Amino acid sequence: MTENPAPGTPEPRIVAFCCKYCAYAAADLAGSMRLSYPADLKIIQVPCTGRIDVIHMLKALEEGADGVMLAGCLEGECHFLAGNLKAKARVGQVKKILTEIKMDPGRVEMFNLSSAMGARFAEIATEMAERIRGLGPSPVPKKPKKAAAA
Amino acid sequence: MIIARKKPIEEILSDIAPYDRILILGCNECVTVCEAGGKKEVEVLASALSLYHLNRRDKKTFGEMTLERQCDREYLEEIRPVQDDWDAVLSLACGVGVQFTAETFPKLPLLPGVDTICLGANEDRGLWTERCQACGSCVLAKTAGICPVSRCAKRLLNGPCGGSANGKCELGADTNCAWQLIVDRLKALDRMADYETVAPIKDWSTDRAGGPRTVTREGIQI
Repeated sequence: MTENPAPGTPEPRIVAFCCKYCAYAAADLAGSMRLSYPADLKIIQVPCTGRIDVIHMLKALEEGADGVMLAGCLEGECHFLAGNLKAKARVGQVKKILTEIKMDPGRVEMFNLSSAMGARFAEIATEMAERIRGLGPSPVPKKPKKAAAA
Repeated sequence: MIIARKKPIEEILSDIAPYDRILILGCNECVTVCEAGGKKEVEVLASALSLYHLNRRDKKTFGEMTLERQCDREYLEEIRPVQDDWDAVLSLACGVGVQFTAETFPKLPLLPGVDTICLGANEDRGLWTERCQACGSCVLAKTAGICPVSRCAKRLLNGPCGGSANGKCELGADTNCAWQLIVDRLKALDRMADYETVAPIKDWSTDRAGGPRTVTREGIQI
């Protein structure tokens, strides 16, 4: 893919939409297990990855995220039956759109895990962070980070 | 409803190239139902086009608006107060909506964001299939409710042809033979006698052959 990364912050910004029934709990477990994973992930808890639509992923990229990942339940084990399968299809749609607009489709990815997989969460977080570092910063101009609320 | 398909983004990028301020205009009717040009698709396209141009540091701006209908002047009037804010309108409505918007705003360049495909039904999630060609003189009463004009590749009114095999059209295994469907349904309705009646030559002047069509209903005109 042809991209023109602008000189920007070296730290990638990855937005991770995590299902509360699995990935979010797995991230919690990873913390309890004292497993370390890259700090590049900004985790957003969602009731189900099926809630995440194409627009949420595109907006994250438009707002300056270098990568977006969805982490949902194992296939066949969605709390809402098929939310993770819908999310998988939508990630596919976003990849197609990114290809069409000459961005690397690897900037978005779907992962599946269960709430007991703390170690797997640390693994996918590392995998995604390494991938995004390899791709370099998003060519989208960075917006300044918002200051934390006092 | 009218079925449309999103145009490839590459084609849209080339069409919008001469303009800097582009209003992406959705329609709340058919194209919303077939997920080609509703509010959601407007949002996604605006975001994708913005991303493309942000990446290239192009100073293009995209607006988003979705009207109740683009085939009705009443709703198109909503654009009038903002028409000077935009260099062009990228309409995600069917061909009717694009043309009607263009007619209503003669100085505003109009670009189509979807390809209008057919009059069809929502057969399954993400699957729309043709059911009507708006031929202007409906034969469904004679054909057990299955349209040979839209569903038979040859538009045969006395079918099937020799290309029908195992219920499929010679076009391919994906296409049902319309006349097989008609015969099956006539049998189910115990109306096979209708099949023996030869259909007369159809008056195609009500179809496109007679030029653009107009419907006038004087009783409701003011």
